[in-house]
Amino acid sequence: MSKGFSTSSVGRKILMALSGFFLLFFLLQHFVINFLSVLSADAFNETSHFMGTNPLIQYILQPVLLFGVLFHLGMGIYLDLQNKKARPVKYAMNKPGENANWMSRNMIITGIMIMLFLGLHFYDFWIPEIKDKFIDGIWDNPTKYYEHLVHKFADPVRVGIYVLAFVFLALHLLHGFQSAFQSVGFNHRKYTPIIKKLGTLYAIIIPLGFIFIAIFHFINHSH
Amino acid sequence: MSKLDAKIPEGPLKDKWTNYKNHIDLVNPANKRNIDIIVVGTGLAGGSAAASLAEMGYNVKAFCYQDSPRRAHSIAAQGGINAAKNYQNDGDSTYRLFYDTVKGGDYRAREANVYRLAEVSANIIDQCVAQGVPFAREYGGLLDNRSFGGVLVSRTFYAKGQTGQQLLLGAYSAMNRQIGKGKIKMYNRHEMLDLVLVDGKARGIIARNLVTGEVERHSAHAVVIASGGYGNVFFLSTNAMGSNVSAAWKVHKKGAFFANPCYTQIHPTCIPRSGEYQSKLTLMSESLRNDGRIWVPKKMEDVKAIREKKLKPTQIKEEDRDYYLERRYPAYGNLVPRDVASRAAKERCDAGYGVNATGEAVYLDFSTAIQRYGREKANMLGLENPTAEKITQLGEEVIEAKYGNLFQMYEKIVDENPYKTPMMIYPAVHYTMGGIWVDYNLMTTIPGCYAAGEANFSDHGANRLGASALMQGLADGYFVLPYTIGDYLSNEIRTGKIPTNLPEFEAAEKEVTERLEKLINNKGTKSVDYFHKKLGKIMWDYVGMARNEAGLKKAMDEIAQIREEFWKDVFVPGEMNELNPELEKAGRVADFLELGELFAVDALHRNESCGGHFREESVEMDGEQEGEAKRDDVNFKYVAAWEYTGNPREAVLHKEELTFNDIELKQRSYK
Amino acid sequence: MDLTLKIWRQKDAKSEGKMETYPIKNISEHSSFLEMLDVLNENLVNEGKEPVAFDHDCREGICGMCSLYINGEAHGPDRGVTTCQLHMRMFKDGDTIYIEPFRSKAFPVIKDLVVDRGSFDRIQHAGGFISVNTSGNTQDANALPIPKPDADKAMDAATCIGCGACVATCKNSSAMLFVAAKVSQYSYLPQGQVERKERVLNMVEQMDKEGFGNCTNTGACEVECPKGISLEFIARMNREYFGASIVSEK
Repeated sequence: MSKGFSTSSVGRKILMALSGFFLLFFLLQHFVINFLSVLSADAFNETSHFMGTNPLIQYILQPVLLFGVLFHLGMGIYLDLQNKKARPVKYAMNKPGENANWMSRNMIITGIMIMLFLGLHFYDFWIPEIKDKFIDGIWDNPTKYYEHLVHKFADPVRVGIYVLAFVFLALHLLHGFQSAFQSVGFNHRKYTPIIKKLGTLYAIIIPLGFIFIAIFHFINHSH
Repeated sequence: MSKLDAKIPEGPLKDKWTNYKNHIDLVNPANKRNIDIIVVGTGLAGGSAAASLAEMGYNVKAFCYQDSPRRAHSIAAQGGINAAKNYQNDGDSTYRLFYDTVKGGDYRAREANVYRLAEVSANIIDQCVAQGVPFAREYGGLLDNRSFGGVLVSRTFYAKGQTGQQLLLGAYSAMNRQIGKGKIKMYNRHEMLDLVLVDGKARGIIARNLVTGEVERHSAHAVVIASGGYGNVFFLSTNAMGSNVSAAWKVHKKGAFFANPCYTQIHPTCIPRSGEYQSKLTLMSESLRNDGRIWVPKKMEDVKAIREKKLKPTQIKEEDRDYYLERRYPAYGNLVPRDVASRAAKERCDAGYGVNATGEAVYLDFSTAIQRYGREKANMLGLENPTAEKITQLGEEVIEAKYGNLFQMYEKIVDENPYKTPMMIYPAVHYTMGGIWVDYNLMTTIPGCYAAGEANFSDHGANRLGASALMQGLADGYFVLPYTIGDYLSNEIRTGKIPTNLPEFEAAEKEVTERLEKLINNKGTKSVDYFHKKLGKIMWDYVGMARNEAGLKKAMDEIAQIREEFWKDVFVPGEMNELNPELEKAGRVADFLELGELFAVDALHRNESCGGHFREESVEMDGEQEGEAKRDDVNFKYVAAWEYTGNPREAVLHKEELTFNDIELKQRSYK
Repeated sequence: MDLTLKIWRQKDAKSEGKMETYPIKNISEHSSFLEMLDVLNENLVNEGKEPVAFDHDCREGICGMCSLYINGEAHGPDRGVTTCQLHMRMFKDGDTIYIEPFRSKAFPVIKDLVVDRGSFDRIQHAGGFISVNTSGNTQDANALPIPKPDADKAMDAATCIGCGACVATCKNSSAMLFVAAKVSQYSYLPQGQVERKERVLNMVEQMDKEGFGNCTNTGACEVECPKGISLEFIARMNREYFGASIVSEK
């Protein structure tokens, strides 16, 4: 690997894309597991328990995920600051909407919104989970997951925030999905249009699915 | 007797260049490192010369007024570059390219130079391909060719409609490699304002940094002027806004003879003028004439109706159209050389048949070609009984593939769709065959001062064939100058670095600064453009496509008068020590005002019609060629090289007699 | 038509600049945008004022010298044209037109609307060439057949005029489209293979040194590019860079 890769603009762009791909994949599996909660509480508990106790996932994939999230966030913010510096004097009149869509121009906004949401999300699920396992030492409670989930989604404010966050996620993905392919150098006259359609589907279906799950539990358990 | 020695090598024509190369003196690589060369201009000639000389080991300083060498006006050449490759097996050869060029130039070019040009033409293509120039190719992967006006073979290589751009970017890339290595020191946004002579030899230049306004001294062992042509003396031309004669004119005033200034090429396929605000004319590649048919209405009432927009050109019936080139020149038809096509358009428009509001436009019609190509394509696709719409659609697709970018350009400017209605075209000043006189070595009459590309007079005679300018620029820069300059510099290896504190540099700088101060401090009442437009109108009216004695004399007087008025009343805003485009323009227009007069002097003295120079007094009076240009080989078979004496009108004429040993002088007939 | 122009005026690189307002009357809709500015300058000169400095040369859309950010868009509201090819028929009588220089840290303003695009040249010095000396003895041009699709793609990339609209329009001031065009041109051609890896590494390195921003694939450059250079080439450059980085021994 060339020495300059990770400090070059193109290298960083590729790393952003690779971490993006990883997060896309993570999101998909997260969605699939969460969706089980709609179908069957047992299946959801079983899978969650597996994910929460499997050492490979806990000690290897979880840190990788954490790193991926932080890297994607940190690099994204760093690059955005650098990009802002690349134009010290702004235009008095600018019409960026004439040549690029809102999503592509505001990845930093949608990205930061998602990160803020992740704070809540960690507070809701990840921190209690870590507390259970690593502070209280309780590793074997295979039925807590569904209950915990349902409990959290009983709060209409929280559900509202979740819905909003997933709207931001959708906006982020509408550009991010296909952009990641472009960044790693995949642009093909025949396949790129397909990837773009696929990306749009992914960016709508997955966040919509998450929203559906949250509302589903809210409606079924709030009264 | 004349001081001119063309230094043509001895021996048979086809061996001259080879013999020459075998016998020149060379400079050893260690010595080359101690020799500096200045190149002014970074177009095809200057760019390729700078790169090649730097590759050889010389220290090159290159100057251009643009912000990057890549923007030189060679970039705007569209059509292509000729080379005697004979890839199409249609009978082309070095001799035939040589012959076509001499004939096309109306026998006013130096045989030996033209032969050398034809000889190295093939190398240019090899060199450019090696550099990564993306020439058009056929499906088999080999290079494609097209034909051009004035010749009967297909020898033109092209890169879409952007051949000049691609060739220039090729030369620019070669320069970049040397700039990166430090062998070329590039001076962007610099304008040469004088040549410095020391002991009669060119030893440097005075240049102005156009950003800071600073006047700088640069020394060298040889100076190459590759600053292009002077078509902007007409104000309106297809040249870039900044194209100017100044570098060439300064050299002329320092002792280099200026040859054949009146040979100007008026390009037939330009977009007509639309109004007073017009700043330049836009050329469309001559390749359009391969498929377009040129016509005006036969009936005056149709002309009037068209001008009043009561009638559309597509409504004029076939029998009411005058395809005047096909009528007058059945053998070549719409593909006659540029000068012939231009004059024929002027003849029709002068007779009142011009088709736009200004009366200065003729039609270039693609409907026949669209139908022909459409039917061919339908056959190829195996379509049974295609509809008329289908044929038109297929035909338009073929035309789009060939000329799409030109059609788009036309539509952007004129706001009419040329696929549906014929284009309007009119001739415009495009190229100047005249220029600084050079010998076989491309050296001017000043030792150590060279001129290359459009800036010199060589190779094209009185008229240039299409796709030959790119060929000449690159031939001069890549393949001629590297040899001939070396021969001269072999005597300079002991000279050492030339100091810029010599009194000659000081004097030249002082003169330049004083002139700039004079322009700035003049504080007159009229803008530079006012004078430039006035000059341009006189040039176009009296020294344009057709010239006569009375008009030329009038032009000389009026130009001298405008010049006087200019120096009295010009207003140049701003300061000297800053970026000041008006000051730049003022200096250039001041030089045009001198050149313009010499231009008219030359046109007046040459009482014959040849190539781009058409004297109304010299036409065939009878026979098949009645009304066509009449050349006078008895009295004018020479190059007119003018020596500056302080006033353009009093320039002294030196004649270089042209001898034709390998070619028979004939009347150019395209009938 | 009558117009109100808001133009960036700045005396030199060191001075502060500001927008100034100039009314202008009787502009023909058939004139080009730069011809409109010519008229403005002629008026200013006649009033004894200093004209607006702007870059321009060929005025036929090929030299790449003209720039200008017009009403919030590089080369103005039309597509596939440079400013010199922009015609006044794109505007309406009574319009207010903002005219600003191309903005980027890597394109410092020299005066008024004139910027220094030397950074583009320096990127080319770093690798925008094929190392072949002039000799006249390179192999015959047809000894090297190149598949037409490759030659055509190389040509598509090579049509870049180096105007800098991509940088000016990119919200990040990224020069990737410009660099990608050159990298791609040579990567399609057999002549370019020898230096292929080194070229992309060197050109990207120089691009980063110049202070351009990073590409975030908004695609604005492709839309505003007067020559329609495709984003495909940026993807290609990314790929070239990725590949070259992996095997690089540096």
